[in-house]
Amino acid sequence: MGKTLAEKVWDAHVVRKGEGEGANAQPDLLFIDLHLVHEVTSPQAFEGLRLAGRPLRRPDLTIATEDHNTPTLDIDKPIADLTSRTQIQTLRNNCKEFGVRLHSLGDAEQGIVHVVGPQLGLTQPGMTVVCGDSHTSTHGAFGALAMGIGTSEVEHVMATQTLSLKPFKTMAINVEGTLRPGVSAKDIILAVIAKIGTGGGQGYVLEYRGSAIRALSMDARMTICNMSIEAGARAGLVAPDQTTYDYMYGRPHAPQGEEWDAAVEYWNTLHTDDDAAFDVEVDLDADTLEPFVTWGTNPGQGISLNEAVPFPGDFGDENAKLAAERALQYMGLEAGTPMKDIRVDTVFLGSCTNSRIEDLRAAADVIRGREKDPKVRMLVVPGSARVRLEAEAEGLDKVFKEFGAEWRFAGCSMCLGMNPDQLEPGERCASTSNRNFEGRQGKGGRTHLVSPVVAAATAVRGTLSSPSDLEPASVSASTTTDAA
Amino acid sequence: MEKFTTHTGIGVPLRQSNVDTDQIIPAVYLKRITRTGFEDALFAAWRKDASFILNQEPFSTGSVLVAGPDFGTGSSREHAVWALKDYGFKAVLSSRFADIFRGNSGKQGLLAAELAQDDIELIWKVLENAPGTEVKVDLVSKTVECGNVVAPFEIDDYTRWRLLEGLDDIGLTLQHEEDITAYEATRPSFKPKTLPARTQ
Ligand code: SF4
Repeated sequence: MGKTLAEKVWDAHVVRKGEGEGANAQPDLLFIDLHLVHEVTSPQAFEGLRLAGRPLRRPDLTIATEDHNTPTLDIDKPIADLTSRTQIQTLRNNCKEFGVRLHSLGDAEQGIVHVVGPQLGLTQPGMTVVCGDSHTSTHGAFGALAMGIGTSEVEHVMATQTLSLKPFKTMAINVEGTLRPGVSAKDIILAVIAKIGTGGGQGYVLEYRGSAIRALSMDARMTICNMSIEAGARAGLVAPDQTTYDYMYGRPHAPQGEEWDAAVEYWNTLHTDDDAAFDVEVDLDADTLEPFVTWGTNPGQGISLNEAVPFPGDFGDENAKLAAERALQYMGLEAGTPMKDIRVDTVFLGSCTNSRIEDLRAAADVIRGREKDPKVRMLVVPGSARVRLEAEAEGLDKVFKEFGAEWRFAGCSMCLGMNPDQLEPGERCASTSNRNFEGRQGKGGRTHLVSPVVAAATAVRGTLSSPSDLEPASVSASTTTDAA
Repeated sequence: MEKFTTHTGIGVPLRQSNVDTDQIIPAVYLKRITRTGFEDALFAAWRKDASFILNQEPFSTGSVLVAGPDFGTGSSREHAVWALKDYGFKAVLSSRFADIFRGNSGKQGLLAAELAQDDIELIWKVLENAPGTEVKVDLVSKTVECGNVVAPFEIDDYTRWRLLEGLDDIGLTLQHEEDITAYEATRPSFKPKTLPARTQ
């Protein structure tokens, strides 16, 4: 029988097969092609190496960046928060000591770790990629097996460039059809999570397949794979194709010349065989999909933007009912309220889910020639310093600034309450990030997860909106994306 | 990880059962960026009480903790083991350990030796009658000696072997370093390297 893509990548990295069969099988030892490091989950791992007197085995397969703690304003000044400053300084010292390449705040390649890897061409098809961060699944968009790991495992990878892993099950997510205008990758993944639930992917590696996935750009595929973890999955991936190669070609660390040809020849083998079987298959219809939005406090609590806040009583399952009641209370929402009537205070465009250049372009296209609701505050935070530069070269920064949005420096920003960008208690936010947990964006903050174009339309109207709800833009505005 | 064969040091009688990891190290100490330096955090709440055993001489320099049953229950924090080790403990004796604590101990080279509760009682008496008495823990023969008490202890074979060999998870993997090196030699040259750094 044939193999799935994930199994092919796994098999190609087995250093040593675990002994035993079935449930008693010991884990396999897998080689790790790329280890991404950031300031929050690495200090104890580096310390562990130091204490044991061990070197970091492959600095040439390791790269670090600063993202979680970093401010997005005044980045030339010392970081005000002392704990954050210490954590960043610790990363800098550790990278120096162990010879790890680091892109620090202020550097053109600094940014969210999951934006930086692909953009440098370091994430490639068929690789194993790990990082002490659950959204490492992002890199699966290239047909890589990419997983988040804990601090002890970070140390293990640093010391051995391998990881002991128990085999996983496979799940196909088939998305067939064509997305309608205003519907994007974020809506696909929110709909998938709403369908299978936040635990639906537990123990699985997901493979996103079908015509709707094939039609997506790399940035969009990354958005989808990024949120695999929100369905509880180990990883999520998309088979590489011409879209992947076109994205990779010419990137700083992409293979060149003959190496490129050899690589492509190998990458072309990276797809699930016709006679391979998935443990589970899930189908989603792209034709009928509408913009999606979350109403609750986990990413599975989402519905189409045209619907109303659900009644807890509508949930058959007792636990789901209780969870819904609790979520509505935290979110300050009344069941039956049309989602589009919900007013927001803040719009956040950013995070490793939706902060790449295409996300910014898509949002800019919606707001160009339009005015922001004056009561709404909008933060635009590019995923990396490079994305910021690219956007500025295209004049997107001007579009956002003229609209009245804040144009910030790169980092995780308001995705999590670890840096200065946070919601106030009770503040409601339409956010392109990935987690709407209680307090995730700041204590008491209320998060609605949305796509970049829904975020942009919401900033115009002040209530959760899709681009199709907007009046036509003023005629004087340019509608091209390269209006420098 | 250092090899553990035998250790001899002052025994500390902790006449208490159900010592959970929140007692061993309170949550407030989990924010740190280091894996060492947790000695001040060990039993932090209890140590505020002058009569606590570790505040008394000669127990403050003890290295073998002799505790009541169900030691290390509650939260899975590996910091509990770090704190015990940083303080100077090499072994903990108890008639019953929480599973996760026992697992974490094995990973970090702290010996969790399981004795019969009767033997624990005998050792407590020796330590209380003659404070400063040393306890000898012998992992090779799986016995504990304290004054006139000689008692066997239990530990699973796999952990014992790892401790005797001084192998942590990383150490174990590095036993297969030849396999890793051999694998590395087969990696295609088109796979990317982060160094030397290339940028746009
Ligand atoms: S942007 Fe958010 S989810 Fe992504 S790495 Fe940063 S904190 Fe994690």
